[in-house]
Amino acid sequence: MFNKKNAVLLASAGALTLSGVASVQADVLEDTRSRGAVQCGVSDGLPGFSAPNDSGEWQGLDVDICRAVAAAVLGDADAVNYISLNAVERFTALQSGEVDVLSRNTTWTTTRDTTLGLNFAGVTFYDGIGFMVNRDLGLSGADELDGAAICIQSGTTTELNVADYFRANDMAFDPIVFDTSEQTVGGFQSGRCDVLTSDSSQLAALRIQLDDPEGAVILPDIISKEPLGPVVRQGDDTWFNIVKWSLFAMLNAEEYGISSENVDDMMDSENPDVARILGQDGNYGEGMGLEADWAYNIISQVGNYAESYDRNVGMDSPLEIERGINALWNQGGFHYAPPIR
Amino acid sequence: MIHNKTMIDQRPAPKSTIGPMAWLRGNLFNGPVNTLFTLVGLYVLYLLVVPTVQWAIIDANWVGTTREDCTREGACWVFVKARFTQFIYGLYPRSELWRANIVFVGFFALIAWLAIPRLPLKRWVAVFALVVFPVIAYVLLHGGHFGLPRVPTHRWGGLMLTLLLASVGMIGALPIGIVLALGRRSSMPIVKSFSVVFIEFWRGVPLITVLFMASVMLPLFLPSDLSVDRLIRALIGITLFQSAYMAEVIRGGLQAIPRGQDEAAAALGMTYWKRMGLIVMPQALKMMIPGIVNTFISLFKDTTLVMIIGLFDLLGIVQAALSDSRWLGFSLEGYVFAAFVFWIFCFSMSRYSQYLERRLNTGHKR
Repeated sequence: MFNKKNAVLLASAGALTLSGVASVQADVLEDTRSRGAVQCGVSDGLPGFSAPNDSGEWQGLDVDICRAVAAAVLGDADAVNYISLNAVERFTALQSGEVDVLSRNTTWTTTRDTTLGLNFAGVTFYDGIGFMVNRDLGLSGADELDGAAICIQSGTTTELNVADYFRANDMAFDPIVFDTSEQTVGGFQSGRCDVLTSDSSQLAALRIQLDDPEGAVILPDIISKEPLGPVVRQGDDTWFNIVKWSLFAMLNAEEYGISSENVDDMMDSENPDVARILGQDGNYGEGMGLEADWAYNIISQVGNYAESYDRNVGMDSPLEIERGINALWNQGGFHYAPPIR
Repeated sequence: MIHNKTMIDQRPAPKSTIGPMAWLRGNLFNGPVNTLFTLVGLYVLYLLVVPTVQWAIIDANWVGTTREDCTREGACWVFVKARFTQFIYGLYPRSELWRANIVFVGFFALIAWLAIPRLPLKRWVAVFALVVFPVIAYVLLHGGHFGLPRVPTHRWGGLMLTLLLASVGMIGALPIGIVLALGRRSSMPIVKSFSVVFIEFWRGVPLITVLFMASVMLPLFLPSDLSVDRLIRALIGITLFQSAYMAEVIRGGLQAIPRGQDEAAAALGMTYWKRMGLIVMPQALKMMIPGIVNTFISLFKDTTLVMIIGLFDLLGIVQAALSDSRWLGFSLEGYVFAAFVFWIFCFSMSRYSQYLERRLNTGHKR
């Protein structure tokens, strides 16, 4: 599977070289303005990150990045064309200009960043592979999993990472591979394996599907680094900056306590940082070709990072994923946004 | 000599040969082996039907709007109910649904008109359905003219998209298939070899590959200012793929017509197109009905493959709905619903084709 994926990547990269830099549009910002909508690539359905809700609107953490960019550029978070992409075609769609932002829980790696003609604009979610075990087993850590039968979904890098982890720790395991997430859950439920492994962002979603979610626990260990973030094409630095700073604006807003609810009150704030974010003291959007209220639009229409997190994957959502390493830097997490000034 | 002949009154058949009991005995309990099979069969049926009915109807949850309204005992049809509009129209904007509804009504009305023999003006309705209606449907669904807001194709989905893919595929594939089949039987070397190469190429690659090429590789080779809508790409891929299969079905029908028919028509001085159009094709087409309908049904189900290129057909939108974190874990209900809808369409097509065969096959009935 890895080889196949690599081959596709190489083929895409080769094809890109053939079609050359010509396929990269000159000015995404201008195109977006004249179109009146951001072309945003999302997944074809991933719980908490991007999925259509009952009334057919896209929702999720990845979707909120698209909305934030639209709010910053066009002043309207709803001005987004969502293009659903699967794992293989996502980079092609970005390279060929079908989408201008790819916000589809894509892991930031060297290969992807340096050989595909793409730029990662930041990290929206620090993900990693975790384990879920039956509560009755009484396990407390991943180092106790020697000899376990592990349910894995095929065609994912999870398979390789789990193998690496077990080899590095000199433990044995018995992989039981399934095709879809439903089958994987079924395998775990029927007792074919003791452990279910997946990205920690998805473990919570898999756990809900069990008949008795309380009977399973997610181990605290995370054995790989999977920073997920939005991606743009190389060659348009203005657009790259816009996507990057849209995310930073959400993180900064959380840090300074600006939320969609209090943003209008905060407009009169004495705090110089808040005034700068909200465009009350200088225009920090100018360098990106945006209006001074770009960050205000993001915060009032989409919310700050904490609001987005809680609503989509955190405690206000059915997934109930703890903030953990996804908290701000001053609360024990990894999210650290450069200052807006 | 006079014999006193009296007719014996007509008597009913013996009790043991009529009525339900006799039917049971004759068909189900006809000897110890058959009795055993019947009993085992009934038991297996019992094992299958009772839990299914229990799950799908008796224990099922029908009322409510959220997952909290569902117990885990039986099926949660609340999920299908909450998502029904989406399953039918995809992510089509709610305020514009009337446009899709008009197209739906027109689509089914035209099909019914063409399918019911009693109704008149078949020729004009057919021309309308094939030429005018697609234009109206496109203008209505896509918008951008006459003050209708534009609805880009990536918002189309659900059953609407499935029907669109299937009907465009069928309507496009049939004429191309006829031309290819005639071409393959032609004696002209270039026409013949082109048809053979075309048919063998498209039959030699899986549909999933065609769709992947159309969606992943094609955009990289096209110049950047020329972007073909992904729905159009999928439609072209499906139509070309299907026409190759259709060509072979039609060629099979053509080969079943005795050569004498063609020769007799030629002896009357008919041209090639007259011979084909008036003598060979009408006879061949009615023999091809099972094959053509078979191809249609398989195409109808193959359209679900567009899921892999990010188009939300009926099955795709069901799967997308399953990944909404508010509705996790109702995959069985979603898939049962999708299967049921597909079954309705495929079964109707199959029944109609049988009816058509009975109506047309006056001379070939076997």
